[in-house]
Amino acid sequence: MNLDSLFLSLRLAATVAILLLVIAMPLAYWLAFSRWRGKFFLESIVALPLVLPPTVLGFYALIALGPRGPIGQVWQSLFGHRLAFTFTGLVLASLVYSLPFAVQPLIASFESLDRRLLDASSVLGAGRVRTFLRVILPLSWSGLVTALVLSFAHTLGEFGVVLMVGGNLPGITRTVSIDIYDRAQALDYSGAHHVALLLLLISFVVLSLVYAINRRVWSPWTVR
Amino acid sequence: MDGEVTPLMLQVAVRKQFRTAGAPAFDLRVTQEFAPGVTVLFGPSGAGKSTLLDCIAGLQTPDSGRIALGEEIFFDANQKISLPPQRRRIAYVFQSLALFPHLSVEDNVAYGLCSNAHSLRDLRVTQILDAFHITSLRRRKPPELSGGEKQRVALARSLVTKPRVLLLDEPLTGLDLLLRRAILQDLRAWNDANRIPVLYVTHNREELDAVGERVVALLQGRVLESGASRDVLDAPRSLALARAAGFENVMPVTVLETRPGDGVMRVVLTPSNCELEIPLGPNEAGSRLQVAIRAGDILLATQAPHFLSARNVLPGTLESLESRGPLVIAQVNTGARFIVHITPGAVRSLQLSAGCAVWLVLKTHSCHLVSS
Repeated sequence: MNLDSLFLSLRLAATVAILLLVIAMPLAYWLAFSRWRGKFFLESIVALPLVLPPTVLGFYALIALGPRGPIGQVWQSLFGHRLAFTFTGLVLASLVYSLPFAVQPLIASFESLDRRLLDASSVLGAGRVRTFLRVILPLSWSGLVTALVLSFAHTLGEFGVVLMVGGNLPGITRTVSIDIYDRAQALDYSGAHHVALLLLLISFVVLSLVYAINRRVWSPWTVR
Repeated sequence: MDGEVTPLMLQVAVRKQFRTAGAPAFDLRVTQEFAPGVTVLFGPSGAGKSTLLDCIAGLQTPDSGRIALGEEIFFDANQKISLPPQRRRIAYVFQSLALFPHLSVEDNVAYGLCSNAHSLRDLRVTQILDAFHITSLRRRKPPELSGGEKQRVALARSLVTKPRVLLLDEPLTGLDLLLRRAILQDLRAWNDANRIPVLYVTHNREELDAVGERVVALLQGRVLESGASRDVLDAPRSLALARAAGFENVMPVTVLETRPGDGVMRVVLTPSNCELEIPLGPNEAGSRLQVAIRAGDILLATQAPHFLSARNVLPGTLESLESRGPLVIAQVNTGARFIVHITPGAVRSLQLSAGCAVWLVLKTHSCHLVSS
């Protein structure tokens, strides 16, 4: 069984999940705590990938990343090669595609925090950064893990966006879901089944992890 | 940064309005100086006490006004100065205490000491844990603590930072009497050693008597009265404050005659024809007023008493007795309805029961004239 496509997908999912956490944390912090009236605007942009068909997202991503697209052009002038149909292009498109899965759990976590804890921190002399690192982050631990795992799992299973932006280049952009599709199309049902089952198991383990964490099975400070 | 704290006056002049859809706008307007020592903020919930503390701490921004400690300005709307809370060096103990649940008692207490060297920090944490009798808890986390222990940790965490102002928002709610007394004693000891302005919000009369040197009574966002605790709360001059201060009998009266020579005036309790002699006020015959009388200031007799200095003896009927622990609440109808507090022992020795004929005895100076 050729597992190249699975490893490629895992690499893509891990890269996207980690990058997304870095991007989503300040974004979610701002969305949770800002008093700006227009923030609903940004909220809906962040949530857009949830409702858009992946092909729509993929189509616009392809145009943006393509050699004549704004991002593609800048990229080409900086690095001298194209962005569409590359692993980097896949990462960029996936960042947008999985953004809500990282941002939403973080917002939920931040908003459920007792505001008085943040007040207490600032009255005790801590600035925003210190409050974020010492109070908000440790208490949003489960939201953090949920964000990481959900964006990982969501990227792992993506199909439409990858097909539009990445095409189907073995070892470069042929992810596991495209691989399964290919095999099924070629009537290689047993090959498709092996990979599909593996993906099913991985997804199940990942989701169990999220739910266990949200039930605070291993939460370090839960004392009842 | 860490030098001796010089006691300074806290000057507050703030205005803050809230417009909530549906509800009438809340309007806080307070101009008050707070000297070193404990000032109790007293008033019903919704009076604006917590909002005032939030403004002083910098957690809410007033619409206008100025907040300063001595020469240092925390907030000035005209000069567009608003120091963030972390730079005001004010300690604030919230009603919810807001202990960090993921940090040990020790780390909670050390939270505000981040800029200090480790050895100094440890020393100060050790000292304050000791002063508040919580040394044995230092490795525990807040969810493992009892209510009283949490309150001590919250106080220690705030005081260890050597604040210049201390704000306490009902820090002892929900504690039993003995625990409250013990914590108040620690707090008093601390206050004697560190004379800074302390603003203490409470509804509890006993806490007030134990710590409060002065009282500021707030109602609907305004300062009703301020002064020494006894003056403000034992002789309230306004109806709302009388209610907040726990005067059980607040009744409308009409002035019959004034007798400046005797320092009294005669009034009639307005739906009835019960007459009372009360301290002379600036009012004329015919004016309508309110009189506040504490249920514990009224004597109850089963025979008409004679030869008393008390000027007011009202015959009536005992309508009901309701036992509340060490206290029996008696309702007496003299034409007007009075609430009288007596002891279970008095009920027994006087053989009181509903329907008895009784006489109420009220000293002139137990009747407080209040304006509505």
